[in-house]
Amino acid sequence: MGDFKPVPRSCPQVSPSYQITVEIGGMPILLHTQDDSFRQLLARRYAGFVDSAAPPRFEFDIELTTPSRKAPDEEVRVEVQDGTWRLRRGDFRAHWDPGAGRGRIRQSANPYSIDSVLRIVHTLILAEEGGFLLHSAGAIRNGRAFLFSGVSGAGKTTISRLAPPDVTLLTDEVSYIRRAGDGYRACGTPFAGELARVGENCSAPLASLFFLRQGPENRIDAMAKPEAIRRLMRNILFFAEDIELVQNVFQSACEFVERVAVRRLTFTPDSRVWNLIG
Amino acid sequence: MSDKHMEKYIAKSSAIASRLLGGEMMIMSAADSTFFTLNPVATVIWQAADGRTPLSEIVAARVCAEFDVDPETAQRDVELFVDQLSRHGILQVSDSPFPDSVSPTEAA
Repeated sequence: MGDFKPVPRSCPQVSPSYQITVEIGGMPILLHTQDDSFRQLLARRYAGFVDSAAPPRFEFDIELTTPSRKAPDEEVRVEVQDGTWRLRRGDFRAHWDPGAGRGRIRQSANPYSIDSVLRIVHTLILAEEGGFLLHSAGAIRNGRAFLFSGVSGAGKTTISRLAPPDVTLLTDEVSYIRRAGDGYRACGTPFAGELARVGENCSAPLASLFFLRQGPENRIDAMAKPEAIRRLMRNILFFAEDIELVQNVFQSACEFVERVAVRRLTFTPDSRVWNLIG
Repeated sequence: MSDKHMEKYIAKSSAIASRLLGGEMMIMSAADSTFFTLNPVATVIWQAADGRTPLSEIVAARVCAEFDVDPETAQRDVELFVDQLSRHGILQVSDSPFPDSVSPTEAA
C-alpha cells in the first residue's frame, strides 16, 4: 500500500451536495448534505413534508460525523451569542444565524438528531412570531382544528387512536401553532408519539385546546385563565435560556388564552368522546 | 431609628414576565419558569412597584385607599408579601429609590 499523499491544491475535486426541503408549519427549511443515503433517509423520515418547490426560509449544511458515545438524552443547551444561536446535545452540535438565514449541523447519520434540531429551530422561529410548538395531539374536524394536551399518559395517543374517519390527524405528539390574523392556525407535524404515525401536512383555524384527563364520563369543563396559562406553559416546547425569548413565549401563551377556548376534557377511552368535539 | 431609615422601595425584577388577566396578575420567573398569581390587593402593590414610590406610600395611597383594611394591618401584610416575592427573586427591595431602569415585559 502506498503512503497517504495529500491532494494537491491544483487538483480539481468535486464534492457532491444533495439537498432536501422540509416544510413544517408552512416554513420551508433547506437541508444540504454530502451523503445521498442520508438525504434519502430524510426523505423517508419527512415524507409528506418534503417540498422541493418551496423557496427556503432558512438553510442548513449538515456535516455527518461518526456516532457520538454521549447519550442523546443529555440535556439540550440553546444559547444565543452575537445573533447566532448555538444548539448542542450529546448527539449534535449546531449553530444558526437567523439574520443570514443559514446554519450548520454536526451529527451522525440518524433521524433523531435532525428531528431535535428542527424542533428547536422552529420553537425559536415561532417565539418571534407569537406561535409555539405544543406537546399535544391535534386534529381537524369540519374545517376547524382541535388540540389535546396533557402530561404523559393523559390520553393524547388514546384520543388520536379513537378519532372517527372524518377526522384528519395533525399529530399525536407535537402541534405547530402559528398566529393567523386575530386567531391561530394549527398545523400538522412529522413529530410522532406512541402512535408512530406522521401527521397530515395541512392546517386549519384553531377552535379549541383541551387539557385531557381520563375519567368515568365524557365531559367538557371551563378552565380559569391563570390555570390555562400555567398548563399551557408547562406543555409548550421551549429550550432557549434567553430571558427575552422566555418572556415572549409567556406573552404568546397569554395571548393564546385570551383568543382561544381552553377547556378541560374528561373522557373515557371510547370513541363517544368525539361526539363532544367539532 | 427614624421612619425615614425604615423606608423601603420595591421594583420588579427584569427577569420576569407578567400579564394582567381578569383583574389578577400572572407573573412568571424567566429564570426558573415559576408561576405566581396575584390577587387584586397584591396586583395593586405589584403595579405600584416602580422603584421610586416609598412602600409606606403604596400602602397608604393604594392599599388602604382601595381596600377595606386598617393601616397597621395593611403595612404588616404588605411587608410579608414583599418579603415573599423578593425571596423568589421577582421583586427587588431597597432602602433607597432605584435608579431608572427598563421595565420587564408586561402587558395588560
